[in-house]
Amino acid sequence: MNTTTLPTAPRTTAPAARAARAMRRLGPGWFLVSPSVALLLLWMLVPLAMTVYFSTIRYNLLYPGDNDFVGFENFYYFLTDAGFVPGMLNTLLLVGSVLLISVVLGVLIAALLEAAEFPGRGLVRVLLISPFFIMPTVSALIWKNLLFHPVSGILAALWKFFGARPIDWLAEYPLLSVIIIVSWQWLPFAILILMTAMQSLDQEQKEAARLDGAGPLAIFWHLTLPHLARPIAVVVMIETIFLLSVFAEIFTTTSGGPGYASTNLAYLIYNQALLQFDVGMASAGGLIAVVIANIAAIVLVRMLGKNLTEKY
Amino acid sequence: MLTLKQSRRLTTVLTGTLSWALALLLFFPILWMLLTSFKTELEAFATPPQFVFTPTLENYLHIQDRSGYFKYAWNSVFIAFGATALGMLIAVPAAYSMAFFETRRTKGTLLWMLSTKMLPPVGVLVPIYLLAKQFGLLDTRTVLIVIYTLINLPIMVWMIYTYFRDIPRDILEAARMDGASTLQEIVQVLLPIARGGLASTVLLSVILCWNEAFWSLNLTSSNAAPLSALIASYSSPEGLFWAKLSAVSTLACAPILIFGWISQKQLVRGLSFGAVK
Amino acid sequence: MAELKIRNLTKGFDGLEIIKGIDLDIRDREFVVFVGPSGCGKSTLLRLIAGLEDVSGGQIELDGRDITDLPPAARDLAMVFQTYALYPHMSVRRNLSFALELARADKQEIARKVEDAARILELGPLLERKPRQLSGGQRQRVAIGRAIVRNPRIFLFDEPLSNLDAALRVQMRLELARLHQELKATMIYVTHDQVEAMTLADKVVVLNGGRIEQVGSPMTLYHSPANMFVAAFIGTPRMGFLKGRVGAVNADGCAVEVDAGCRLVLPLGGAALAVGDPVTLGIRPEHLNRSETGPCLMEVTADVSERLGSDTYCHVRTDSGEPLTVRIRGDFSPRYGERLRLSLDVDHCHLFDRDGQAIGQPLQQVA
Repeated sequence: MNTTTLPTAPRTTAPAARAARAMRRLGPGWFLVSPSVALLLLWMLVPLAMTVYFSTIRYNLLYPGDNDFVGFENFYYFLTDAGFVPGMLNTLLLVGSVLLISVVLGVLIAALLEAAEFPGRGLVRVLLISPFFIMPTVSALIWKNLLFHPVSGILAALWKFFGARPIDWLAEYPLLSVIIIVSWQWLPFAILILMTAMQSLDQEQKEAARLDGAGPLAIFWHLTLPHLARPIAVVVMIETIFLLSVFAEIFTTTSGGPGYASTNLAYLIYNQALLQFDVGMASAGGLIAVVIANIAAIVLVRMLGKNLTEKY
Repeated sequence: MLTLKQSRRLTTVLTGTLSWALALLLFFPILWMLLTSFKTELEAFATPPQFVFTPTLENYLHIQDRSGYFKYAWNSVFIAFGATALGMLIAVPAAYSMAFFETRRTKGTLLWMLSTKMLPPVGVLVPIYLLAKQFGLLDTRTVLIVIYTLINLPIMVWMIYTYFRDIPRDILEAARMDGASTLQEIVQVLLPIARGGLASTVLLSVILCWNEAFWSLNLTSSNAAPLSALIASYSSPEGLFWAKLSAVSTLACAPILIFGWISQKQLVRGLSFGAVK
Repeated sequence: MAELKIRNLTKGFDGLEIIKGIDLDIRDREFVVFVGPSGCGKSTLLRLIAGLEDVSGGQIELDGRDITDLPPAARDLAMVFQTYALYPHMSVRRNLSFALELARADKQEIARKVEDAARILELGPLLERKPRQLSGGQRQRVAIGRAIVRNPRIFLFDEPLSNLDAALRVQMRLELARLHQELKATMIYVTHDQVEAMTLADKVVVLNGGRIEQVGSPMTLYHSPANMFVAAFIGTPRMGFLKGRVGAVNADGCAVEVDAGCRLVLPLGGAALAVGDPVTLGIRPEHLNRSETGPCLMEVTADVSERLGSDTYCHVRTDSGEPLTVRIRGDFSPRYGERLRLSLDVDHCHLFDRDGQAIGQPLQQVA
């Protein structure tokens, strides 16, 4: 028996006990969350502050010591740089078209896979999502050398087979080529998410709709699509985050060229900083990229943030 | 007019055919890479492309002396698992307290963490590069481990948080009644119950670290370069080593591809921040 | 020994008061049941005693020791959760021994206590299984076993039977009653099911809106409810209520004019009532009889009836539109819409004032 007798405690709560209670009420929460929060804060604030500072001074690694305050000059030079307008347009085109391709095709392919139970469906699913797990440098180089190559690429062989002149994809359609590569990587992500989401669609709801006389198209339009609204939003959000800073695919295929034909903001800034060593201008560009990402983030988090946390 | 049974069979045949065609189309580049890796350099560059050839293991057998493959592979493994271990160490306590000691700030904190993912890497490329240079961390595995930990931390916290949320509070309270300290509660009760979810979090983090190419390309050159950077070095126009490239790429991608296939269902949850299960 | 004293206990969440000042004494070896509708604060009160929630004010004392601010493990209490809360990754044996291992008890002692608990609960053959391989009833027994091995001063049960099917619930109820006798333990048991409260408790605590409505033995609550809430909550089918007015008051009792159309004299002495006061008359289904004669006759219209075989519960509506339930012999069932005459058993009528508080007590009481 556990019958240790303890002295009778005073009836009033001692201040120490009250403090202990207050601590307990606070929970271990603050203590356990703070490493994550502190690190992420540091990760966000320190480099960002440095970027802000660099963007207002003259700072070129080739001319050390000449670090005068120049105000908004770097921004002026970045915005009037020959690469800015094409870089901006290419970024928007890249993000927009990859989003469109992956969401539209993703919904259709996911719906196709859910339409019927056919032999090998599991394997088909595995094959469809595979490109997502291929590292960006690998996929860029496979496309560049094995598929897009104007002499011995698969596409060239296909064109020749039909009697057409093979296309030098990366030279003639550089941006389209990059879009194809990036879409190939991100369409599987959309398929993966949407397929899983579709499996959670209530079967009874579908059956009830079928009893009410709804055909497959009506079911898709009135039940499946609304059910997918949230996962589609998730796909759009995640892909936007990654697509705004596509880099390796351009770095390894076109190097942004020819000219600025396939340069996006990320590549342009890299080019300024690490190829032309103009830290000041690259920082100004970086800040502009941050602003653009934040506009997208505000819109997306507004759209989704509630959805994400409210489910619980 | 088709009978119900006939029309159902027709749907199955049509969907099956179309799905298989699409799957093979999307998978073709990977398949082609695999095939090319068993060719000689000459065959790899042949016009028209050869589908039938005598496979050779040449490219794999000489992978080490031709590219120093294992140094890069070791870097990849070291960085991916180092960043994942460090990330788990920081993310698990945070997810624990957010899942089980929710306060008014919890949701805001979670969303804020998510929003740090919105910060484009190029926005901080210059200062990170200069800081790394300043501290002599350029081309070290340390710098990539630190950065990968930080960029994956929000995803890890979110993912673990959603797994913890599925665990009934009662079980933890029972442990508390049984006399477990907070540490015992986490180590002896929570972690074993959530091990499935934790394993898929580890997998996702490893996959993301392994494939990352922005920071590895910009911060490493020869010493600490992981596989993603090694492969990028093949983009130089001098010399066409496609068969060799394919072999290196196949080896670099195979483990991640297999990880991805195994854990696809759980990854959805992590990649969608718990919005899709 | 286990005596629990609760003094002026309060608990608020985000400015919302859940527990509004509770005083309660629980004696050694008592089986106390907290009962009330959902949201009444009964589970919160239990969790405050367990230490799983922190109090906002007041004091909890166990055997003269202030435990208000002690962490759960230091209180020497054990709890059985509604969801059982078994550790899914541990075998039954480890589920039982976990608390003792944490307390660094001696290995042989742990083994002995686990064997003891397994014997009491007939868990012997299941010791090496994982919780997911057990049925609902077996899981329940493991959860109880986990409490038993700790030999706590007080057992706390949070709606332990609500996840079981009806047959198993009855069986487990009996087992719990037997366990209470065998272990000679103090138990606090939370339920929303008043049948569990009535059958298990030595003392029932009826809670509503964060306050105690009444504390007493099951029979006290049944026969002398302190207010309309307790009267309606305890007993199935529930007590019927008829609105009325005080007609006359004298030394023998008071006359009540019921809106439904009868007048009756209740033997309630000493009540502070004035002629004309609005009152509510409460009457249980078994104290209404189908009868042509009697001191208080009332004509009603039959609604639907529920035939249970032994009895028929006939739902009727008075001419003033108030619903009543009548228990009659099992072989009788009135047609829907049939007119019936009922007599009220004057000795078992309850009278409530306009605030719902009981006035006096019926003279006839079952001890």
